Amino acid sequence: MITTIRSLAYLIASLLFILSLRGLSTQESAQRGNRYGVIGMLVAVVMTAAALLVPTDFATMPTPDWTVVGVLAGALGVGAVIGGVLASRVAMTSMPELVAMLHSFVGAAAVLVGISTYLQPGDVHAADHTAHTVEIYVGVLVGAVTFSGSIIAFGKLRAIIGSRPLLLPGRHVLNVIALTVCVALGVVFCSAEQAWPDAGAGMFDSGMPALLAMTGIALLLGIHMVMAIGGGDMPVVVSLLNSYSGWAAAAAGFMLSNDLLIITGALVGSSGAILSYIMCRAMNRSIWNVVLGGFGAEAGAKPAPGAEPAGKVTETNVNEVAESLLASRKVIVVPGYGMAVAQAQHAVKEISSLLIEKGIKVEYAIHPVAGRLPGHMNVLLAEANVSYDIVKEMDEINPHFPDTDMVLVIGANDIVNPSAETDTSSPIYGMPVLQVWKAGKVVMLKRGMAAGYAGVDNPLVYNDNTLMLFGDARKSVLAVLAALRA
Amino acid sequence: MKLGIPKEIYPHERRVAATPSTVDKIVKLGLQVIVQSGAGDTASISDAAFAEAGASIVTDAATLYREADIVMKVRAPMALPGGGHEADLLKPGATLISFIWPAQNKDLLERLAARKLNAFAMDAVPRITRAQKLDALSAMANIAGYRAVVEAAHHFGRFFPGQVTAAGRVNPAQVLVLGAGVAGLAAIAAAKALGAVVKAFDTRPVVREQVESLGAQFIEFQFNESGEGAGGYAKEMSAAYLQAEQTLIAKHAQQSDIVISTALIPGKPAPQLLTAGAVTAMAPGSVIVDMAAEQGGNCPLTERDKVVVKQGVTLIGLTDLPSRMSRQASELYAVTVLNLLKEMYTADKGLAINLEDEIQRGAIILRDGTLMWPPPPTVKPVPAAAKPAAATAAAKPAAPKSSAGNMLAALAAILLGAAGIFGPPEFLQHLTVFLLACVVGWHVIWNVSPALHTPLMSVTNAISGIIVIGGMLVLYGGGEGALALGGAAILLAAINVAGGFLVTQRMLRMFRK
Repeated sequence: MITTIRSLAYLIASLLFILSLRGLSTQESAQRGNRYGVIGMLVAVVMTAAALLVPTDFATMPTPDWTVVGVLAGALGVGAVIGGVLASRVAMTSMPELVAMLHSFVGAAAVLVGISTYLQPGDVHAADHTAHTVEIYVGVLVGAVTFSGSIIAFGKLRAIIGSRPLLLPGRHVLNVIALTVCVALGVVFCSAEQAWPDAGAGMFDSGMPALLAMTGIALLLGIHMVMAIGGGDMPVVVSLLNSYSGWAAAAAGFMLSNDLLIITGALVGSSGAILSYIMCRAMNRSIWNVVLGGFGAEAGAKPAPGAEPAGKVTETNVNEVAESLLASRKVIVVPGYGMAVAQAQHAVKEISSLLIEKGIKVEYAIHPVAGRLPGHMNVLLAEANVSYDIVKEMDEINPHFPDTDMVLVIGANDIVNPSAETDTSSPIYGMPVLQVWKAGKVVMLKRGMAAGYAGVDNPLVYNDNTLMLFGDARKSVLAVLAALRA
Repeated sequence: MKLGIPKEIYPHERRVAATPSTVDKIVKLGLQVIVQSGAGDTASISDAAFAEAGASIVTDAATLYREADIVMKVRAPMALPGGGHEADLLKPGATLISFIWPAQNKDLLERLAARKLNAFAMDAVPRITRAQKLDALSAMANIAGYRAVVEAAHHFGRFFPGQVTAAGRVNPAQVLVLGAGVAGLAAIAAAKALGAVVKAFDTRPVVREQVESLGAQFIEFQFNESGEGAGGYAKEMSAAYLQAEQTLIAKHAQQSDIVISTALIPGKPAPQLLTAGAVTAMAPGSVIVDMAAEQGGNCPLTERDKVVVKQGVTLIGLTDLPSRMSRQASELYAVTVLNLLKEMYTADKGLAINLEDEIQRGAIILRDGTLMWPPPPTVKPVPAAAKPAAATAAAKPAAPKSSAGNMLAALAAILLGAAGIFGPPEFLQHLTVFLLACVVGWHVIWNVSPALHTPLMSVTNAISGIIVIGGMLVLYGGGEGALALGGAAILLAAINVAGGFLVTQRMLRMFRK
């Protein structure tokens, strides 16, 4: 009886999860969507716990195993508290790091579940046994790659690890070797009769050593894969890891014959896959190019050419910027990763509300890969209380640049680079960009003349209608704000 | 090197090609500036003001042309009233910058060529972004559009804005602007600023937004032909099109008090948008400003350079609108010619004509007397170059991609078949669930607004914490090792669940209108 109820509960939970993702399609329904997700999770956890602790047969009611109950309650409680604290403390600018870290937890949990599933005594017949071991093996493999990859992504986003891609010689060969070894170990693992070797028997006559060895290799593989990807490609990597964490959960579902895990894992997996696809398209690159390309490496090697094709750069000052802002009728703000780094979103919002009060039309233009996470800029602007009505997507706002008097580019570079449209030799050629140069005047807030992530010279800075305001984004924005108020 | 600014001799031409402020800048470029006495009189600029800015004043045109190596003026050189020709006064080998209209002035080109001159036409400056600051045509069109409204207001016997006064109610003037180019837009802005209700018509649907941004109503014209020609100018349309256009305009003109027509097609006579019939249908006292009068007019009743009243309607065919605001026009024109000069003249290198440069190549008419006009058609680099490249790029991988896709599908089919035959039935059932869930996920996620991608990520993150169930299921029966591992998995997954949902909630609460 209890299993029927549990199955029903799983069905409900699955539907709630689907509704939850559906709710996120608009800002209005998003909060409701999140609540559906919470309810779904509660239903799933409570019913699973109930099914565990309440025996199938009410007649023989044994006392529950208190150790299990203790471990379950303790782990859930402690985990929830840690998660709650993390979530309420995290700054919106550190959202990418948090997301990457959470992905690593799913990966780690998948590894742990896989190994402990293997420890379960099973009396399955041959065909089922092979299928089952394959499921476990794949689940652990995906989990381990997700785990170590996410840890590295976290490190890169936190700037604990340099964001420059690490390109080992023969890295593709290394990856292929690692995968081959994994497959070989998998064959050993699946054909093994028992978990642990008997005394005196060969190391690989049993499954566990092979499983653990593979876990180690998969961890290295995850590290290597993400290390080879540059900082600016992080939106793709994070969404890719998001997808992996889903597949890991689905694999756990296969090994445990649990449909809820399979469904949820598949939902998350396809969500991450779509996000990765969207991000890649926004950079006009294929997913293979991102994962295997080591993009930005050659650009890092030649910082000099940026100085050469030069023209004249026109510098401006805070007062001039303030004056021309006030003289404009329509202003568009283009935020980039630099705004997030400098935490300038609140000051930027102050400027925009001041201008709006004065009857000047202000809009924000968001490039899909601005920042280090899909939708990163939207979250920061929302944190600063910018109404989402005036925050526009690239396709929506590009036709409006020609009738805009002034564009403020804050800490963005590659996403406003005109050579993506004109210069066929440019590495970012073909990437859709915000056409800010069509506006009357462009003011770029930049720390210095350094090229953007892609290491590509940006001809925008030499345009006659482009003015440069050098300095830390936050300080510059605050200074402009002060000048506007004066 | 000397640069000369002569006095314009065209009748009623009041503009001058320099102002004290541009003279100052030219002097700083390292040129000696000579200005013909009285050149700026009609634009309210005295000889003294020029002298103060660093120019030397010469008394007559003959002296000026004899000395100047570069001459900057407004109108194209023309026959002198007392016989002779301005072109023949120019020093051999000198450089001329002015309006030239090479297509209409073939004999002038011959005269200039005979003097082995370099000539740059301000009307031939290419319409590219970088050249905007030397776009004299737009600068003049802007002034003309404004002035057209002022002229109309002068001849219109009523208020522009609507008013409710003790002496009665005044309806706002209805203004119809034909052609929303630079002049048309300037006219819309000026009429709007005076308080009129403005409608605008243009064959190019893309200008709709610009018209509406100025607060005017755009008149929609449905006909299966776009009026957008090369370089952002209008192009000539078919006869049936023109007739449909005339009917529509007649209808709107009848409801209008003032019509300002600015429709021009480069190198062609102006289109006849306002028929005689349409004029007759207008209320007496209405005003038509035909800014295309120089190219034959948009209305057959217009008389060039005259203000006439026909059937009670005032028809203004003035062609010197910018010149009627000579101070303003001179200021703007002087800056555009100065900017063209700066393109080819620098303090250290002197005059260096560079035919590789798109602006200079476009504007140059004569090089040492050799005809350089018209320039070779420049392929528009942005869309034209990009499109074929993109198309081939898209087409090429498309073919292998689809075959790769087919192969993938075939592979998937084989694997599925293998799983069905060899795999346990339970596995197949799970696989069904899994694939269906993938399809559902695929469809649901595409609807997510890009602004919500970060919350999407954190919520899927929380949801993928469902692996907590996996941890719970392995607690029993695997011994202490499994218990410990399962417990750790539950702990990690619980962090994920709580953290993911909470942070999503935090983010979503911030999104507001």
